[in-house]
Amino acid sequence: MDFNYSEEQVLLRESIGKFLQKNYSFEQRRAIIQGREGMNAAVWDGFASMGLHGIPVPEEFGGFGGSGLDVMLVMEAFGRALVVEPYLSSTIMAGYTIALGGSDAQRSILLPRIADGSMKFAFGHGEPGTRYELNQVATTARQENGMWVINGAKSVMMHGGLADLLIVSARTSGEVDSPGGISLFFVNPAESGVTGREYPTYDGMRAAEVGFDNVTISPESIIGVLDDGYALLEAVTDRGIAAVCAEAVGCMDALKDATLDYLKTRQQFGMPIGKFQALQHRLVDMLIQTEQARSMAMLAAVKVDAPDTTERRRCLAAAKELVGRAGRFVGQQAIQLHGGMGMTDELAVGHYVKRLAAIETMFGDGDLQVDRFTSSQVEVAETPLRKPARKWKNLV
Amino acid sequence: MDLNYSPQELAFRDEVRSFVRSRLPHEISRKVLEHKRLGRDDYLVWQKLLHAQGWMAPNWPAQYGGAAWTAVQQHIFDEECAEAGAPRIIPFGVNMVGPVIIAFGSAWQKQHYLPRILSSEDWWCQGYSEPGAGSDLASLKTRAERRGEHYVVNGQKTWTTLAQHADMIFCLVRTASTGKRQEGISFLLVDMRTPGVNVRPIITLDGEHEVNEVWFEDVEVPVENLVGEEGRGWTYAKFLLAHERSGIAGVGASKRELRMLKYIASQEKRSGRPLIEDVRFRDRIARVEIDLMALEITNLRMLAAEREGRAPGAEVSMLKIRGTDIQQTLTELMMDAVGPYALPHLPDAWGDHWLGEHVGPEYAAPLAARYFNHRKVSIYGGSNEIQRNIVAQHILGL
Ligand SMILES: Cc1cc2nc3c(=O)[nH]c(=O)nc-3n(C[C@H](O)[C@H](O)[C@H](O)COP(=O)(O)OP(=O)(O)OC[C@H]3O[C@@H](n4cnc5c(N)ncnc54)[C@H](O)[C@@H]3O)c2cc1C
Repeated sequence: MDFNYSEEQVLLRESIGKFLQKNYSFEQRRAIIQGREGMNAAVWDGFASMGLHGIPVPEEFGGFGGSGLDVMLVMEAFGRALVVEPYLSSTIMAGYTIALGGSDAQRSILLPRIADGSMKFAFGHGEPGTRYELNQVATTARQENGMWVINGAKSVMMHGGLADLLIVSARTSGEVDSPGGISLFFVNPAESGVTGREYPTYDGMRAAEVGFDNVTISPESIIGVLDDGYALLEAVTDRGIAAVCAEAVGCMDALKDATLDYLKTRQQFGMPIGKFQALQHRLVDMLIQTEQARSMAMLAAVKVDAPDTTERRRCLAAAKELVGRAGRFVGQQAIQLHGGMGMTDELAVGHYVKRLAAIETMFGDGDLQVDRFTSSQVEVAETPLRKPARKWKNLV
Repeated sequence: MDLNYSPQELAFRDEVRSFVRSRLPHEISRKVLEHKRLGRDDYLVWQKLLHAQGWMAPNWPAQYGGAAWTAVQQHIFDEECAEAGAPRIIPFGVNMVGPVIIAFGSAWQKQHYLPRILSSEDWWCQGYSEPGAGSDLASLKTRAERRGEHYVVNGQKTWTTLAQHADMIFCLVRTASTGKRQEGISFLLVDMRTPGVNVRPIITLDGEHEVNEVWFEDVEVPVENLVGEEGRGWTYAKFLLAHERSGIAGVGASKRELRMLKYIASQEKRSGRPLIEDVRFRDRIARVEIDLMALEITNLRMLAAEREGRAPGAEVSMLKIRGTDIQQTLTELMMDAVGPYALPHLPDAWGDHWLGEHVGPEYAAPLAARYFNHRKVSIYGGSNEIQRNIVAQHILGL
C-alpha cells in the first residue's frame, strides 16, 4: 500500500506546475478562450515537449507508455489551471482508442502524431436524443463497393471543430440500442458530406454538432474489429472518466483554497467571516468531500489499468458518481461562501464551478453511473449476496 | 502508488482471518451479525480468547504485553474482526486508560492495572461527561479534595457507557478551582466498589440500558490512584483522545452492515419483486456503498501516512464525521427496508433465549431500535460539530 507518486512523477508534476504558472494564468486563459482557435498552439507544443501527449502512447511509437496515475497527475494540474486545450479529447480519448484498438498501420502512423501533438483528434459518440448511453448508436456505417458510407449525426462533440481527424462510433449491425454491432471509424472532417457547427461551451471549451451525409471513407478507416467496438468504446470512456475525476479534484482543491483564503480576508461585522461557525463547518464539509473525491480519483487511476472489466467498470462508475456529487457540493458552497463576489465572471471561482458542472455530466451523470455500478454488481454481487444467504439459512 | 496490501500484510490478514474463523464462537458472532443484544459475558469471552492469543492490546508496546502492531496491521485486525461479527473490544480499558497509564502512570499502576486490563479482569468505564460538562468538558465540577492519603470525591458523572458492568472508572475531576480551568483537572482511577459510588441507569430512546449516571458521595480514593501529577489531567485526556482514533472510521463494521442490508433488501419485496431490484431503493444502497468505498481509501491513505511517520492529527476528525454518517445511513436503510415490520417493539425478541414467535421476519425485530440507538454515534466521542470545529481550527487555521 503506497499512496505516493514515484520520484519521476513528482518531478513531472513540478514541471507541469511551473509551466502552467508561467503560461496559463487566469488572464492568459481568458485570452485563449476569447481567441479564434479556442486553444493555444504554443501551450499545446509545450505539453508535447514535457512528454504529456506521449502518456497513452507506447515507447515504440515515441511515447512513454504511461499509466493511469500519470494521467491523474497531469489532469489534476490541468484542473487547477482550468486548461481548455483538447488534451482530454485528443491525447487521452483518441490516444487510448488507437493504442488499445488500432491496427498496426494505424498505430504506427497515428500514435507518433499523438505523441508529438502534431495531429489533433475529437471523439464523437453522443447523438441527438441520447443521454450518455454507450449502447445507443443510430449513426450508421454500411459497406458499399468496398468503401464505408457513414450517415447520421453526433452531438456536442468536444473540440470537434479543431480536430484533424474525428473518431466516430457507428452502427454496423444490430438494433439501435444493442451493444453488439457498434464499430469505430476515423473520419476526416474535410471529407465531402461532413457538416459541422462549432460553438462555445459554458466551461470555456468548444464543441460541435457534426453531421454525416453519405460520407464515403476507405475500408482502412475502421478501428478494431467490425461490430465489436463496444468494449473499446467503454474502455476508452473509462479512460476519460479517470481523467476527469482527477481534473475535478484539481478544481475542487483550487476552490477550497480560494474559499479558505476568502474566509480569512473578507471582513464583515468587524471580523473575518471565517470566524463564523456556520461558514467554518461548510468549508470543513468541502474539505471532506474533496478528500473523498481524491480517494476515488486514485481508485479510478489505478483501476483503469485493471485487466478485469467488471472490476474496472464498477470502480470507475463509483468514482465518477462520487466525484460528480462532491464537485457539485464543493462548487455550490464555494459560490455561497464568496457571497456576491462568487457570482462574478471576474473571479476564477465561477469558472471552476462551471468546469465541475460540465464534468459532472460528461461520460454519464450520477444516475447513469449508479446504473453501471449496480449492474456490474450483478456478477460480483452474487458472492456477497449469496454467501450470507447460505449462512443465514441455518441461522434463521 | 499501489492500493494493495504488501505480501507481509496479506499474510498477517490470513493469520488473523483464520484465527477469527476458528476461535470466534458462533453464538457470539451470530448475535453481532443479527443485531441481537450482547451481554457482558459475550464481550468477555471474546476478549479472553484474544488475550490468550496475545492480541488483546494491538497498540500497546510489547513490554507491557501488547501486540505492538503497526497502524496498518491494527486496521487489518479491526476489519477482519468486524466483518466476521466479533464483538467490538470494549475500548475503555485497553484503548483509553491503558495507554494513559503506560505513558504517565506510576510503576505500581502499570504493574497492577495493565495485566488486569489485558486479562479483562477489570472492566473499565469512562467518567468524563457531567450534566453541565459535555462538549465543554473543561467546565466539569466533580471535586476531589486531598485529605491525607486519600482524595475525597463528590459529584456526578453521566452518560457513562456500561458502568453497570464496570469494576473501575477513570475520571476527570477538579482538584483546584482557581487559575485556568484546564489546570485544575486531575486524572483519577476509582474502584466502582468503593462506598459512596452509585450507578443509576439511563434508558435511551431505543429502550436499552447502555448508559448510566455515576454518583460520587464522599468517595475515598487512595492517592496512589492519581495518574501522573495533580492538575495535569487535561493533558492526559488530550493524549488519550489521540489514542481513541484506532478504527474510528468503522469501515469493517460498515462493510458487514452493508452486506446485511443487501441481504435484507434481497428478501424484502416491493410489488412482488425483491426490494433490491427496485431502482429507487437500489440507488440508495449504491450511493452509501460508493461513499464507503471512498471512506475506505481515505482511511488507508491516512494509515499509510501514519506508517511513514506523519502522525494523523485533525484528519481523524474527517474520518469520524464521514464514518458515523455512513453508519447512520446504513441503519436507516435497514430499517426502511423492512417497511412496516420495523414497527413492532418487542425488546425480548433481540435478547437471549427468546422463545416467542416473531412478528414479521426475525431480522426485522431489532432494526428500528438499532436505528434510534445509532443516532448516538454523531454525538459521542466529540460530537460531529465539535469535530468540524477541530478541523476548522487545526487544518484550516480558521
Ligand atoms: C450513547 C452515549 C454514550 C456515551 N458514553 C460516554 C462515556 O462512556 N463516558 C463519557 O464521559 N461520556 C459519554 N458520553 C457523553 C458524550 O461524550 C457527550 O454526550 C458529548 O460530549 C456531547 O455532550 P452533551 O451531550 O453534553 O451535548 P452538548 O455539549 O450540550 O451539545 C449539544 C449540541 O450542541 C452542539 N455543540 C456544543 N458545543 C458546540 C460548539 N462549540 N460548536 C458547535 N456546536 C456545539 C453539539 O454538537 C450538540 O449538537 C456518551 C454519550 C452518548 C450519547
